[in-house]
Amino acid sequence: MNKEYYGKLIYELSRPGRKGADIPSNGCGESISSIPASLLRAEEPELPQVDEPTVVRHYTNMSNNNFGVDTGFYPLGSCTMKYNPKINEEMAAHPAFASLHPAAPASTVQGALEAYWTLQEALAEIGGMAAFTLNPFAGAHGELTGLMVIRAYHDSRGDDKRTKVIVPDSAHGTNPASAAVAGLKVVEVKSLPDGTVDVDALAALLDDTVAAVMMTNPNTAGLFESNVAKIADMVHAAGGLMYYDGANLNPMLGIARPGDMGFDVMHINLHKTFSTPHGGGGPGSGPVGVRAGLEQFLPNPKVVKLDDGTFDIVSGDEALGSISATLGNFGVQLRALSYILSLGKEGLAEAGKLATLNANYIKESLRDLYKLPIDRVCKHEFVFDGLADKSTGVTTLNVAKRLLDYGFHAPTIYFPLLFHESLMIEPTETESKETLDSFIDAMRAIAKEAAENPEMVKNAPHTTPVRRPDDTAAALNPVVKWNDLKAQAK
Amino acid sequence: MAHRYFPHTQADIDAMLERCGVTSPEQLYDDVPQELRLKNGYALPSALTEKEVRDYFNSLGAKNTPLTCFAGGGFYHRYTPSVIPAILSRSEFLTSYTPYQPEISQGTLQYIFEYQSMMTELTGLDVSNASMYDGATATAEAMMMSVAATRKRDTVLVSSTLNPKVLDVVKTYARYHRINLEMIESEGGVTSLGDMKGKLAASKVAGVILPQPNYFGIIEDLTGFAEAIHEAGALMIMNCIPADLAVLRTPGEWGADIAAGDAQSLGMPLAYGGPYLGFLCCTKALIRKMPGRIVGATEDINGNRTFVLTLQAREQHIRRDKATSNICSNQGLMALHTAVYLSLLGPKGLREVCTASADGAHYLADRLQATGKMQLKYPDKPFLNEFLMVCRFNVEDLLRVCIENEILAGIKVSDNEILIAVTEMQSRKDIDRLIDIVSTTNFPQL
Repeated sequence: MNKEYYGKLIYELSRPGRKGADIPSNGCGESISSIPASLLRAEEPELPQVDEPTVVRHYTNMSNNNFGVDTGFYPLGSCTMKYNPKINEEMAAHPAFASLHPAAPASTVQGALEAYWTLQEALAEIGGMAAFTLNPFAGAHGELTGLMVIRAYHDSRGDDKRTKVIVPDSAHGTNPASAAVAGLKVVEVKSLPDGTVDVDALAALLDDTVAAVMMTNPNTAGLFESNVAKIADMVHAAGGLMYYDGANLNPMLGIARPGDMGFDVMHINLHKTFSTPHGGGGPGSGPVGVRAGLEQFLPNPKVVKLDDGTFDIVSGDEALGSISATLGNFGVQLRALSYILSLGKEGLAEAGKLATLNANYIKESLRDLYKLPIDRVCKHEFVFDGLADKSTGVTTLNVAKRLLDYGFHAPTIYFPLLFHESLMIEPTETESKETLDSFIDAMRAIAKEAAENPEMVKNAPHTTPVRRPDDTAAALNPVVKWNDLKAQAK
Repeated sequence: MAHRYFPHTQADIDAMLERCGVTSPEQLYDDVPQELRLKNGYALPSALTEKEVRDYFNSLGAKNTPLTCFAGGGFYHRYTPSVIPAILSRSEFLTSYTPYQPEISQGTLQYIFEYQSMMTELTGLDVSNASMYDGATATAEAMMMSVAATRKRDTVLVSSTLNPKVLDVVKTYARYHRINLEMIESEGGVTSLGDMKGKLAASKVAGVILPQPNYFGIIEDLTGFAEAIHEAGALMIMNCIPADLAVLRTPGEWGADIAAGDAQSLGMPLAYGGPYLGFLCCTKALIRKMPGRIVGATEDINGNRTFVLTLQAREQHIRRDKATSNICSNQGLMALHTAVYLSLLGPKGLREVCTASADGAHYLADRLQATGKMQLKYPDKPFLNEFLMVCRFNVEDLLRVCIENEILAGIKVSDNEILIAVTEMQSRKDIDRLIDIVSTTNFPQL
């Protein structure tokens, strides 16, 4: 990463008359004059006019002000920022898939459908589920789809009282939001001091209005919920379903499957566990799996393998409806399939264990200087409640910003909401001991700095391209486009 | 077993285990009850070498049939300049997370700001968010946004000329979010103003969804729509194909409050359905009701112009169960795709894409009509690059013969109707080949 700030906008490089692309011409004559002028725009849009080399240099310079997994370590809790293998990128851009139209007849896209089907079968095996859809575009979209499956199931039995979703207070913020969008009411269940679900408190909430209980296991404190089977029995006895938020699936690879824990519906984040790149915020992919008996509720369209070994696209009447116009983010699916094939069953199982080992290694190496609110073996991630020494006034935010000076991305901060100064660390399996050691050294150095020179830590970062942007001003007077900036300059 | 993705040597593992006070990685899973354990490993293949993975994908790819594409329906075969994959493969962009740490994410934040600027120019609206999943979900989000923005209203009207794939998704979201959807009838291939007015008068309507161009490729004359919608206290939502907005009257000019749709038409590979990008733009008045991320400009402590995620209090991960949307990501990399595409093309280039596509479509439509075997269903309605044909034969027969000739002739709408699209990707020779097939093949008449 380049520490010198680039900061120009492409609009500032624009000069009338420049162009960066040429358009094929078909010589078919002119047609726009057949369209009434009242249907045409009055002025051309203000888009930049730039030549090709300028465009390339501009975006390359911008990329130099960005941090990615290929740049350095991302100890970002609940985000599973593992290495994104290069072969996956090449396979996703394979020319034999790149120009397939989503409406092409099934007979002409057999290879694409086979890829989709092979991945959905592999995910069903990994999740311990009967069937999967790959259509959802992201984790939150998967949650929404899964909750729709659950509503469709209850509706199919005429059980329309079930409007309540129980979510632990440690849950990812998307869980309650997805439930609200799916038309369900959210009830929070408290966690015990050890960070796991309070089974007695949960039991008190279970009645005939419960549609589902959403859990992630390991939970957001990185702890395996050992009572999960008992919880599933209780929820099932009350007529509800168990939803597995797959954001934290990575450490369970090869160890235990959500279906075997008693979950009925789950989603998987391909951009976490299955190594597809985060792309600065997307595209992701959030496949949804269901246990036997719920397959018919998965969204349309569905990919099936026929008896003659060919593949087809079908729609079912009992499906919850469609949640996408196509079969989802197909390019992301190809990357995940490439990853699963590259790792194989043994490699997948190894990944989970190494992720857990890496997390515990960091935890044990820093517990003397950072407050460890839950002293247990963790899985892929764990949470510190800020620095152990609270007298310095140095906050979790300060520590996170100071880490940027040391060349690391910040951990997830102020989440989960269980602690005031949450600092949530997830290293993943693709980081070496050397990298973890240098991160540990940086965290120890920061603790020392906090004691000796707290103001310096509070004013971090010091070496990044930009420093401490004014968020308040940004929200007070939103400047959200080039024209706003021009107006502001006047 | 060492895999090339894992850096751990046995010595590393031993040292780390010692620090953790255990003797094997398995011991870190003692809290997972035995009865929940996976006993015999996954029933999946063992690891393939990189070459074997490549061979596998090559063999899958060989099972697809490459076709010259006259299919559209909201997704178009467009030329992707080489610069775009080169920039998108910059791993500083590709492998980065959501830009929650602005100090080390100015690249991402800046391209989103550029993307937002370009989308507001195309749509003629004040604000764009950082993008949504796809066009169908963006339109559904626009629907939910209209309900959240107008108090105590739960009905949304939808034109029956909307793309049915988009409508299916809108219907699903409406059903689960308890929004009452009502369809506006069409008349001669376009949305009926009279029917919309009647429905606006009959119930408390939050929003009205209108397509432009519509599913049949027709450019709708929306004169009078915004006035009627606003008079009824509702919001006007337009589902648009953004490439076409290089020439078409913008949602802003029509008086729309929200524009949504799929940006695939801006040079994204068809890639069998994705990843694409959903866009969502709105008026300034609605900015705080808009779902998803928004990037804003501000200054850092040294007075540098700096870009940050802003107005985050709107976002679902803060609002939790009070949220009216659950979107937590965007299509970041595809927003970069869009920004680079529009930078390369500029206003003239994008206009040329539109006109070349339209020229080819009009040429094709004229000559197909001249065969006497098909005619435009709505001959008096203006269109750009897509049109609906009524055939004197079964569409399946045409599709089959064309596939034998490595052509995807279009999208079947009914037994005798086909939707045909042309873009800058089909040469005059390609177009003439389709015309030739129609004129020389002896299709059984319906």
